[in-house]
Amino acid sequence: MRKLLNTLYVTTPESYLHRDGENVIIKVGSEERFRIPVHNLEGIVCFGYMSASPQLMRLCSDKNVGLSFLTPYGKFLGRVNGRVKGNVLLRRTQYRIADNIEESLDIAKCFIAGKIVNCRIVLGRSIRDHGEVIGYEKIRCADNLLIENLMKIDSCTTPDTLRGIEGNCAKFYFDVLDELILKQKNDFFIRERNRRPPRDNMNSLLSFLYTLLAHDVESALETVGLDPYVGFFHTDRPGRASLALDMMEELRPFIADRLALNLVNLQQVCGDDFLKKEGGGILLTDKGRKSVLAAWQKRKQDEITHPYLDEKIPIGLLPYVQSLLMARYLRGDIDGYPPFFMN
Amino acid sequence: MMVLVTYDVNTETPEGRRRLRQVARECVNYGQRVQNSVFECLVDPAQFAKLKHSLNSIMDKDRDSIRFYYLGANWQNRVEHLGNKTGYDPEGLLVA
Repeated sequence: MRKLLNTLYVTTPESYLHRDGENVIIKVGSEERFRIPVHNLEGIVCFGYMSASPQLMRLCSDKNVGLSFLTPYGKFLGRVNGRVKGNVLLRRTQYRIADNIEESLDIAKCFIAGKIVNCRIVLGRSIRDHGEVIGYEKIRCADNLLIENLMKIDSCTTPDTLRGIEGNCAKFYFDVLDELILKQKNDFFIRERNRRPPRDNMNSLLSFLYTLLAHDVESALETVGLDPYVGFFHTDRPGRASLALDMMEELRPFIADRLALNLVNLQQVCGDDFLKKEGGGILLTDKGRKSVLAAWQKRKQDEITHPYLDEKIPIGLLPYVQSLLMARYLRGDIDGYPPFFMN
Repeated sequence: MMVLVTYDVNTETPEGRRRLRQVARECVNYGQRVQNSVFECLVDPAQFAKLKHSLNSIMDKDRDSIRFYYLGANWQNRVEHLGNKTGYDPEGLLVA
């Protein structure tokens, strides 16, 4: 399996990123702040309004390093795409399947089944670990609703029915997610999922983590030669990485939601790490962003045994492994796309 | 794996100074400069082979010397630092 490399997060707004040989250099004014060989990196994520030299962009696209630009608060702005990589036949297959409603429905079902199962695992795990302190009945009830919907997936025949199931499940799940927050109840709660902008601390934390995950998934899809913009569940829309969003459905509960809950329950973030803006949106402060990034990087290095490959991999490679499996399925090497389930 | 690269390049002649610059540049491409002629390179075996090959072709075998110390994958507990210029951990959190 490929080695998981590091991600460089640039948070100083006045920085200028450029290239020297095989090095990525971060300059503030004329002072060099940081220098690292590009082969140590998997991606570069820039927060704030910094500039990068075209030479650096070229280096990144040549070396398959994702270069993304985000606002200081983690809203995605754009990324640098190099030459179209990978196999044109694979991409054509992807487009053909995306145009075929039945075939894309089959794949979409896998994504959604993966999502529901993983949501259930997040809930189940909390019941096992903290069954006596949390609203056991409420979670059990939501869990039953999730199972019910999971059963319905197989028989659903139109994309809209599937979207309905997905929406219901997301609602059931977020309705009880609040119960899983055990500490700092005054600062962290989740009544519903809201975004653009997120209107409470927990939503803000989740949104931030989802953006980080999106960066990784999109890079992973490109690495294996798939087009992240053509999805099977999410419909095409200019500027929306639909396939990346599809793939995030199954990965979100395990990678992001659980990390968010841990951060809050282990008190690694606190209420002071968030900032309320005039419009009612809640954003992470510099300090908060740093602790979330640190936890995120650490989480990505944790090793798990991938249930399908039966191989030990760091969590950070999951988007890559799932993209690889997707590519194999589209090529016809395996009979179905195996979504990721983790206990 | 982590490889520590150190070198002594004879700089009495202009060619020597040229070799010094070339060796340094090659090392910078692969690793972090921790001291003037000491580099920590986190590389995979293929990258290391390339680095060694190019250093080999730059150096003058009669005048210069280059040493490689193999610190392996668990290099963190084999490295200790005192004083300023701490450097960064290429596998740790990179925030700039």
